[in-house]
Amino acid sequence: MLAAISECEESFKLMDEPVIDVRGLYKSYPTAGGADVPVLKDVNLMIRPGEYLVIMGPSGSGKSTFMNVLGCLDKPTHGEYYLNGHPTSKMDSDELAGLRNQTLGFVFQGFNLLPRSTLLDNVALPLVYAGVKKNIRSSAARLLLERVGLARYCDAKPSQISGGQQQRVAIARALVNNPKIILADEPTGNLDSKTSEEIMSIFDQLNQDGITILLVTHESDIASHAKRKIRFLDGRIISDSQSCLLDSAC
Amino acid sequence: MLMQMLGEAFLAMSANRLRTFLTMLGMMIGVGAVVLMMAIGEGAQAVINRSISSMGSNLFIVLAGTHNASGARTGAGNAISLKIDDAIAISELDGVAASAPVTNNNAQVIYAGNNWNTTIAGVTPDYFQVREWDFEEGFAFTESDVRSATRVAIIGKTVANNLFGEGVDPVGKSLRIKQSPFIVLGVLESKGQSLEGRDQDDVILVPITTAQRALFGSQISGSIRMIIVKAESDDLMPMVESGIVDLLRQRHRLREGVEDDFTVRNLTALANAAAETTRTMSMLLGSIASISLLVGGIGIMNIMLVSVTERTREIGIRMAIGARQIHILMQFMLEAIALSIVGCLIGISIGVGGAFAVEEFMGTEVSVSVLSISVAFAVAAAIGIFFGFYPAYKASKLNPIEALRYI
Repeated sequence: MLAAISECEESFKLMDEPVIDVRGLYKSYPTAGGADVPVLKDVNLMIRPGEYLVIMGPSGSGKSTFMNVLGCLDKPTHGEYYLNGHPTSKMDSDELAGLRNQTLGFVFQGFNLLPRSTLLDNVALPLVYAGVKKNIRSSAARLLLERVGLARYCDAKPSQISGGQQQRVAIARALVNNPKIILADEPTGNLDSKTSEEIMSIFDQLNQDGITILLVTHESDIASHAKRKIRFLDGRIISDSQSCLLDSAC
Repeated sequence: MLMQMLGEAFLAMSANRLRTFLTMLGMMIGVGAVVLMMAIGEGAQAVINRSISSMGSNLFIVLAGTHNASGARTGAGNAISLKIDDAIAISELDGVAASAPVTNNNAQVIYAGNNWNTTIAGVTPDYFQVREWDFEEGFAFTESDVRSATRVAIIGKTVANNLFGEGVDPVGKSLRIKQSPFIVLGVLESKGQSLEGRDQDDVILVPITTAQRALFGSQISGSIRMIIVKAESDDLMPMVESGIVDLLRQRHRLREGVEDDFTVRNLTALANAAAETTRTMSMLLGSIASISLLVGGIGIMNIMLVSVTERTREIGIRMAIGARQIHILMQFMLEAIALSIVGCLIGISIGVGGAFAVEEFMGTEVSVSVLSISVAFAVAAAIGIFFGFYPAYKASKLNPIEALRYI
């Protein structure tokens, strides 16, 4: 009975409006010679709320560029990217900044914490740009540092903790504005396998809490955490583990 | 949010202390120089203004003409062309508040064992009104003293100090001028130095008739050296001046084409010219000092440009987590403004300290005004905004992805 309900919910989720909907996306970079180098060629992808998706592919296959476009850090040359149903191509830089602040959470390979600020200030920084009051900022940031198990290090600087701990701080920072989507570009690329597993278990937990997660990775054991795998080659998606399912849904 | 950004600005400034200090040094020197120069300029102006108000306002001096002996002309005031009657006639002109004849000469003065050489001026009671001169002790002589040429004297503060010493009340005492005894009626309030630096308090005033008959005599009785004329108001001065010239030419029976046998000097105009000169000088000093402010501002811009380049990656991180262009712009502007304002505050204390040091060790009068400090502060803030804007604008326009990739 219970299983039936959860199955029902599962299928209901799939019927939801997609959080990410990419249609006919092209991205090319101009070169000194004048000829544009295409990086993404006609990419189409639909991601529904609560999905746990991994993007794989060799270096230069365009997966990082794709992540940057999904993260509203970069704009496509052609095509449209709908985030929560809104077309992003017509948005100005401030609207995109608002999306990065409120809807998306970023986790980078190189952690990208501010070296001079304390861990608490690092985690609270997105709230500063969201215009949240100081006391609320601090308590929210403290709560998230607790959640990633670093409550003791609130006043430490990033250089005083290990790489794995820094990545956990970065995840706390990505979560502080309660985003619907977490984008992680090789989050374990700079970490050893044991620490990587710890980080991945945090992502697993977040996905169980209902957050949509997109990961870029090289490593197949990291990829095994995800429920859906997409493979890039030469700027195109060459395989999608759920494509048949999607086709049937369409 | 502003407080948070200000905190970050100070964090960034303290991360690179030597650089921050050197950047602020330009601002400190600039503001310090402006405050110091303005203090010196305003001090000089205060001295001038005090001399002007001590002189009395809306004044003319009518000097007797020159004496021509065998082709050699003496200085103005030596001829015997002016008479007391001229002063009386001038006082009846339109627009004249008062007219005071003066004849003066130096003489040795003796009281008890002390003696002192000073200027003896023969005047009428109008003189005190014209010069706007009040009494510290005692009172003035009257018209009847002038009519009967009594031997009474009003002494200036310097004379009182030198002849009677501190703590002695000279009123009622008898002193001797050129062997004749005079009763001291009053002591004048101190007026300090005149515009030319002469001690105005080193004087003894006696009735003009007494001076002429008992002290100095003269070839023709009634001749005087000068007449001080006070106009009723500033805008009546041109009219009064031509009135005096016309009246005296008529009274002295000068035909057309004959040179005036007197000179009319507009003291207020002279004083204003002196004040104008000082003002110009202090403005010149101030503008030279503000060039160093400008240089300080350029230093801030320079270092902010370096800072933006160095922190490109930080800007990228901030943009990736949702900083808008305005946030980045504000952050770097605040940093530039904080640099210039902190530099400015230190500069103000250097300037004020320097001004007091100048007063202490060089004896020059200085005047540190709230106005000069607030002007320096406002200019420094404006420089921070002006020179901070371009680097901050450049930072805010960075492409997030390029900024993030910057190593």
